[in-house]
Amino acid sequence: MTRGYFDPIEEIDTSPTVSDEIKYTTCYMCACRCGIKVHMKDGGIRYIEGNRDHPVNKGVLCAKGSAGIMNHYSPARLTKPLRRVGERGKAEFKEIEWDEALELASTWLSDIRETDPRKLAFFTGRDQSQALTGWWASQFGTPNHAAHGGFCSVNMAAGGIYTIGGSFWEFGDPDWDLTKYMLMFGVAEDHDSNPIKAGLSKLKSNGAKFVSLNPIRTGYSAIADEWIGIRPGTDGKFVLALVHELLKADKIDLDYIVRYTNLPWLVIENPGHADDGLFARGVDGEPICWDTGTNQAADARLAGVSPALTGTFTLEDGCKAVPAFSLMATRYLDESYSPESAEKETGVPAHTIRRIAAEIADVAFEQQIEIDQPWTDWAGRRHEKMIGRPVSMHAMRGISAHSNGFQTCRAIHMLQILLGSIDCPGGFRYKPPFPKPAPPPLKPTGKPDQIVPNTPMPGPPLGFPAGPEDLLVEEDGTPRRIDHAYSWEAPIAAHGMMHMVITNAHNHDPYPVDLLFMYMANMSWNSSMNTSGTKEMLTAKDEKTGEYRIPKIMYADAYFSEMVAYADLVLPDTTYLERWDCVSLLDRPICSAECAADSIRQPVVEPDRDVRAFQSVLIDLGSRIGLPGLTNEDGSPKYPGGYPDYLVNHERAPGIGSLAGWRGEDGKSHGTGAPNKRQLDKYVENGCYWEHEIPLEQQYFKHANRDYLEYAASVGFIGSANQIILQVYSEPLQKFRLAAQGHGEVQPPDEHRERIEKFFDPMPIWYPPFEGEAIDTNEYPMHALTQRPMAMYHSWGSQNAWLRQIHGANPLYINRQTAEIHDIEDGDWVWVISHHNRVKAQAKLMEGVNDATVWTWNAIGKQSGAWNLDPDSPEARKGFLLNHVISELLPQRGNGFRYANSDPVTGQAAWYDLRVRIEKCGADESDVSEPQFATLEPPEALPKRPGILRYGRMYSRTFKKGGGG
Amino acid sequence: MTQIPQNTTGKKLGLVIDLDICVGCHACAVNCKEWNTGGHSAPLPDNNPFGDNAEGVWFNRVHTFECGNGADSRTVHFPRSCLHCEQPACVEVCPTGASYKRAEDGIVLVNEDICIGCKLCSWACPYGAREYDGDAGVMKKCTLCIDRIYNENLSEEEREPACVATCPANARHFGDLGDPSSEVSRMVEERGGYDLMPELQYQPVNKYLPPRPKSTGYEEERPQRLTPINPTSENEDAGGLFPWLDRVLSR
Amino acid sequence: MHPAYSVIIFTTFSGAGYGLLFLMGLFAAGQWIEPDRWFGFTGFFFAFTMIVSGLISSTYHLGHPERAWRALSQWKSSWLSREGVLAVAGFGPFALFAFGWVILESHDGAWRLFAILTVLFAVLTVYATSMIYATLRTIRAWFNPHTVRAYLAFAIWTGSIWFNLLTHLFDLHTPGIGFIVLASGILIWWFKRKYWMFLDGSPSWVSPNSATGLNDLGPVRLLDSPNTQENYIQQEMGFKIARKHAVKLRRWAFLTFFLIPYCLALMTVEAEAWLKIPAAILAVGFVMVGTMIERWLFFAEAKHTVMLYYGAEDS
Ligand SMILES: Nc1nc2c(c(=O)[nH]1)N[C@H]1C(S)=C(S)[C@@H](COP(=O)(O)OP(=O)(O)OC[C@H]3O[C@@H](n4cnc5c(=O)[nH]c(N)nc54)[C@H](O)[C@@H]3O)O[C@H]1N2
Ligand SMILES: Nc1nc2c(c(=O)[nH]1)N[C@H]1C(S)=C(S)[C@@H](COP(=O)(O)OP(=O)(O)OC[C@H]3O[C@@H](n4cnc5c(=O)[nH]c(N)nc54)[C@H](O)[C@@H]3O)O[C@H]1N2
Ligand code: SF4
Ligand code: SF4
Ligand code: SF4
Ligand code: SF4
Ligand code: SF4
Ligand SMILES: [Mo]
Repeated sequence: MTRGYFDPIEEIDTSPTVSDEIKYTTCYMCACRCGIKVHMKDGGIRYIEGNRDHPVNKGVLCAKGSAGIMNHYSPARLTKPLRRVGERGKAEFKEIEWDEALELASTWLSDIRETDPRKLAFFTGRDQSQALTGWWASQFGTPNHAAHGGFCSVNMAAGGIYTIGGSFWEFGDPDWDLTKYMLMFGVAEDHDSNPIKAGLSKLKSNGAKFVSLNPIRTGYSAIADEWIGIRPGTDGKFVLALVHELLKADKIDLDYIVRYTNLPWLVIENPGHADDGLFARGVDGEPICWDTGTNQAADARLAGVSPALTGTFTLEDGCKAVPAFSLMATRYLDESYSPESAEKETGVPAHTIRRIAAEIADVAFEQQIEIDQPWTDWAGRRHEKMIGRPVSMHAMRGISAHSNGFQTCRAIHMLQILLGSIDCPGGFRYKPPFPKPAPPPLKPTGKPDQIVPNTPMPGPPLGFPAGPEDLLVEEDGTPRRIDHAYSWEAPIAAHGMMHMVITNAHNHDPYPVDLLFMYMANMSWNSSMNTSGTKEMLTAKDEKTGEYRIPKIMYADAYFSEMVAYADLVLPDTTYLERWDCVSLLDRPICSAECAADSIRQPVVEPDRDVRAFQSVLIDLGSRIGLPGLTNEDGSPKYPGGYPDYLVNHERAPGIGSLAGWRGEDGKSHGTGAPNKRQLDKYVENGCYWEHEIPLEQQYFKHANRDYLEYAASVGFIGSANQIILQVYSEPLQKFRLAAQGHGEVQPPDEHRERIEKFFDPMPIWYPPFEGEAIDTNEYPMHALTQRPMAMYHSWGSQNAWLRQIHGANPLYINRQTAEIHDIEDGDWVWVISHHNRVKAQAKLMEGVNDATVWTWNAIGKQSGAWNLDPDSPEARKGFLLNHVISELLPQRGNGFRYANSDPVTGQAAWYDLRVRIEKCGADESDVSEPQFATLEPPEALPKRPGILRYGRMYSRTFKKGGGG
Repeated sequence: MTQIPQNTTGKKLGLVIDLDICVGCHACAVNCKEWNTGGHSAPLPDNNPFGDNAEGVWFNRVHTFECGNGADSRTVHFPRSCLHCEQPACVEVCPTGASYKRAEDGIVLVNEDICIGCKLCSWACPYGAREYDGDAGVMKKCTLCIDRIYNENLSEEEREPACVATCPANARHFGDLGDPSSEVSRMVEERGGYDLMPELQYQPVNKYLPPRPKSTGYEEERPQRLTPINPTSENEDAGGLFPWLDRVLSR
Repeated sequence: MHPAYSVIIFTTFSGAGYGLLFLMGLFAAGQWIEPDRWFGFTGFFFAFTMIVSGLISSTYHLGHPERAWRALSQWKSSWLSREGVLAVAGFGPFALFAFGWVILESHDGAWRLFAILTVLFAVLTVYATSMIYATLRTIRAWFNPHTVRAYLAFAIWTGSIWFNLLTHLFDLHTPGIGFIVLASGILIWWFKRKYWMFLDGSPSWVSPNSATGLNDLGPVRLLDSPNTQENYIQQEMGFKIARKHAVKLRRWAFLTFFLIPYCLALMTVEAEAWLKIPAAILAVGFVMVGTMIERWLFFAEAKHTVMLYYGAEDS
């Protein structure tokens, strides 16, 4: 083509080289664990894209993942270990060398370990290395360990694991391909960020109906075929009304119930006695049913029995017993579960509830699907087809972050079970290593005899209590853990209660700790309730001694977060692109319903600062203080190569290690097998993940699928290949309840009896969330919620130059009509006032929100100066943090005791129980959000904030041409 | 010549965006930024990246709208980038010829080497698709990922725009809208794909697929409630449990 | 639209400059004025200064002023390019016209031809300037016949106020000049009034519904912007002026660009001799300020369709 003055044709290089090297690893801009392909060019990161082969994301990448480069090069990255020199909270530090830092940390740690290991409270946040950190805590000998689950979604985890031996959260999925009807409860993002989006898209293009229950209509709810703007905290009532409708019309899957659940089991009816409400058991402890074939009691687990579902039976010992089914049906048929009564609480019209019930019954029973795939059940019987009831459900924190979340979660699972839609085609599907026995036979450790100085605990800190005997309490019922997990305040706190640690440590309740060691949790800001109070507690000093109430705080973060300011010793971590990591099957793996999988991260660039990967530091510390699992006989470190060394060579149990792929010396086995020296190379060669496809005949009915169960047992997912029976009626709960009634050895203190008795119902119940019951709802008529923005990850996205342009500040969203009543217009400043505190925010009116609900995006507001942002940044001046108005304690009761603002069963933080009122600000009030805190000065070594960012300039044509510029 | 060229091939490359399944996640916007800041138009700078008034160059931005009032309202997420119009006034107004539309595939581009940064093209674009790089003093815009779609260093399946490749909801599609038999044209046909602001007659190549109507009634002809089973006279006292009284079920 | 000061200054001054040249050309061509050297010199000095400084100021908003010459290439399609070409090409005839007048003190023969060409180029250049705006379909306030009329009328009106002053200064004033001044004053008043009536009265032709294509779903409102702080598009096109303010400013503009200069111009015709020159000077001052206010409003009141994506309800 000619090129001339009037014809300035541009010559375009349509085939530029994209990279001179490609490295695969795993994204960690959030916990979804997508596979990424990192293009390296001229020594920099040119582009990060999704790995098309990866089982999680299949090539796509979300906004956060796409912005990874900006986190990696953020000016908020810490650069060197820091030792506090000023007052806590002021971020006055001096830089120290790693040797000094590790020396200091080891001294602190060994002093504690030699005297009272419980004085170490080791809590980790949004990490994916709990398989390591939990084990490390055990090795250290402290029960005071947990990760973020307690403030996150333990209600879902526990509700699921005690009921179906699996869970929503990221541990199970709707059968996106085959489902014809999906109910989604309270999900804005979940940890399955990309898979949910892909799934919803698939579901919608297949013509399935998607119903979203959510007080707020954004994101997923926006594309729902039907949005139900339910009143917060009332989903349990809604679900049980559906159950009521289905039972009344006999639209339940009896075959499924009889085969796979404990509803046919006989429950003892012996009011006032120690066995009331427990399962009737045979001589060997086996649960029994009433076999209508032989007309006598029989082992309820036997194949071939014909259990009665109704009736009262007298057992050999004279005891009366009824099938659990009968108890269940009697309860939910009662008119107190009618759609009309649900309408009052939920605000959802009764006719809508009725219609939804009719719709799901129609889909489940009139539109059942069949897959021509023979399979063998647990009893060895072959079935020619897989029958599916294509109704699926998914639920997350909209359910779990309420004080009734555990029971509501159980209600949803019960609904699924009655429809026969757990792990069937078109229904909910377990992801390996689930299902596990409900609950798994793993108990929390930390009883008095299990804590010995200089000695590892005999088991992991976290587990699943099956009754009061498994609690970690003193004789008088006092909690043994600093977070009060597994005490009468939260008996099934299966993930611990990280949100209570600072409060309790400050109050020395039940005892003082010496060192608070935290990792990757912004506890002085967005992951604490009562943030202002938390900041005070972190800096509070003992009046007499002048010492901090929490004497030492050690913290590992990669960035200059709000929490860094409160640490006495800061261990700077690498970014996710600079380290080895492991997403283990022992922790929160990347499996899908079709495959077992795990993955790693590999360093794609070397750190350009004096930082070290936290896991390696933890292993180093462990060796320095002589933890047996980390030290050889001769005292030398067992894993001198740090975390990668540990990943390959550490065996949890013989043949079982962090990674399941390419095990055995030859790398030919998976699941179990001897360590393989070349294991990490194999992962790297395979794009940093390993995957084992589950054959189709094992893909459904995993809880009762012989071939799957045998496989799962062989690779150590479960202890034995026994059928996993779905526990609609939960005996462990009844055991706690019996204790509350005065039976058994381990007894709750009197003040807890009533609460345990009421909430440990063995069958799902609904009750109003606590905060609303404890305050005057006329004074605080509104609910206040947060949601995760899809393009931000908690607090750590705000340092990202790209993402913060999308969410630089967060408004308070208010229903338009509600706002009009208060004379509030877009942009007006308003006070959000709870029983605890108040915050000032800027209003934004919208249609798609329940009229009694206000909400905002989570964790956008920042303390001025944190994250190396300009103190004038909108995050600090316009953004706000709702956490200030959420109290970690419920209002005082008659006897002065204040329960945690948590679910009574699991201790899950009840973020969304919050009640508020809104008031328009006066004209004389400033246009700045409140509360405001003193500006944090970033440590000196952090880079200056650039006035303009030209990322990618080195790849531009002119840069190449000019060689500079 | 910044006159609109005669299309030589009949090819009209563009995007089809499905508003029915876009969840508003901004992935397309950020991935676009990421690709392009090191691509043909590199860099896409950001002013005050860590301060107040942060703003940068983005070729794709995602808006959220609400339509209607109260119970009848709905939320629609709306990604917006250059539509590669067939009558792009942005090209016509350009005094230097920096803005041009390619004859062979219809892609509208800016030649940064001759752009004087007069910004007139951004005034002429109704859709806000032009992004001024004040640092380099030139106009930039969506290139339809011209350095990806023909890139021989990428595998066949990777030769699509970054925003399309990354969209987790599969709400974005790329293809030849000039070919009626192409996948994208078929989609437009089936789903009633439409133009933005057709009254301005820019004839955008990119098309939007409308959100599907909401169904609250599921299927109208199906029952709107379940029929309770009524007890017969002999099982009236079974406390409601009569449907399951004599059921013989085997485990 | 964000009022771009460089563009406001440019259009005001170059408009006045071309207006002045136009009148000088017209009067020379018609031989209605003597080719007085010093009058010519002063006239050309002011006209050229205004045109050139206008042009220079217009390059201030360019990202690459050093490439400005490239803007001459697209005269086939771009009005901005045409304006540039005309502006540059016009300097030939202007210079020759000025040469004839100032150096040779002649309006005859070929020099007369250059006067005619000057008239032509002046009109065409201002026309081209106005067409830059008048062809933007994205801006209803500009995409209408009023735009061209107003630009041309403003050029003549401001030019005539200058012409009035200079002829008074050099004692070359004639009743014909007074008539032209007063007539173009009426014209500008009429056009601007019509324009504002049009702006207030004509409906927006695009809406958030047609911008998004979500026509059948009820009123469309922006819930969330793609970015929480303003981007280039919002800064450039998102300028909003409250109705109250606009009305007030229109009054001020009307006073300053029309009413006051008009009265002052009347004074220069009717009032006592000693008042004429000060009045003429004041008139120039007011008309230039007034025109800038008017131009500011021309931008400030113009709504760009793109803002429909950023929360505007109409355009
Ligand atoms: N109001 C309200 N509050 C909430 C919630 C809510 O919904 N509403 N949600 C709650 C829930 S579920 C959760 S999980 C919590 C989350 O709250 P946090 O766990 O506090 O989450 P982040 O803000 O992501 O902070 C984690 C910290 O990890 C650091 N970090 C990031 N990457 C790395 C790394 O590679 N290495 C190291 N060492 N550190 C790193 C970050 O800098 C940050 O300081 O918030 C809780 N708080
Ligand atoms: N982009 C992004 N992804 C994330 C995170 C992030 O910060 N950013 N964080 C990760 C973490 S730690 C977690 S725990 C998960 C959480 O993922 P989600 O469970 O999706 O978390 P939330 O954003 O808290 O969303 C809760 C939803 O429940 C709704 N809701 C609140 N109360 C009720 C109620 O009573 N009933 C019903 N039906 N709905 C209710 C809220 O409106 C909101 O839409 O997300 C993970 N993924
Ligand atoms: S969802 Fe996004 S941020 Fe999370 S791992 Fe995947 S790509 Fe990364
Ligand atoms: S990536 Fe896809 S779903 Fe997300 S905003 Fe863009 S088009 Fe919508
Ligand atoms: S969308 Fe705007 S920039 Fe793109 S071709 Fe059309 S007018 Fe030009
Ligand atoms: S800014 Fe550049 S591309 Fe746009 S019209 Fe001006 S010269 Fe052309
Ligand atoms: S086609 Fe390429 S340049 Fe255009 S919006 Fe998509 S990613 Fe951005
Ligand atoms: Mo979480």
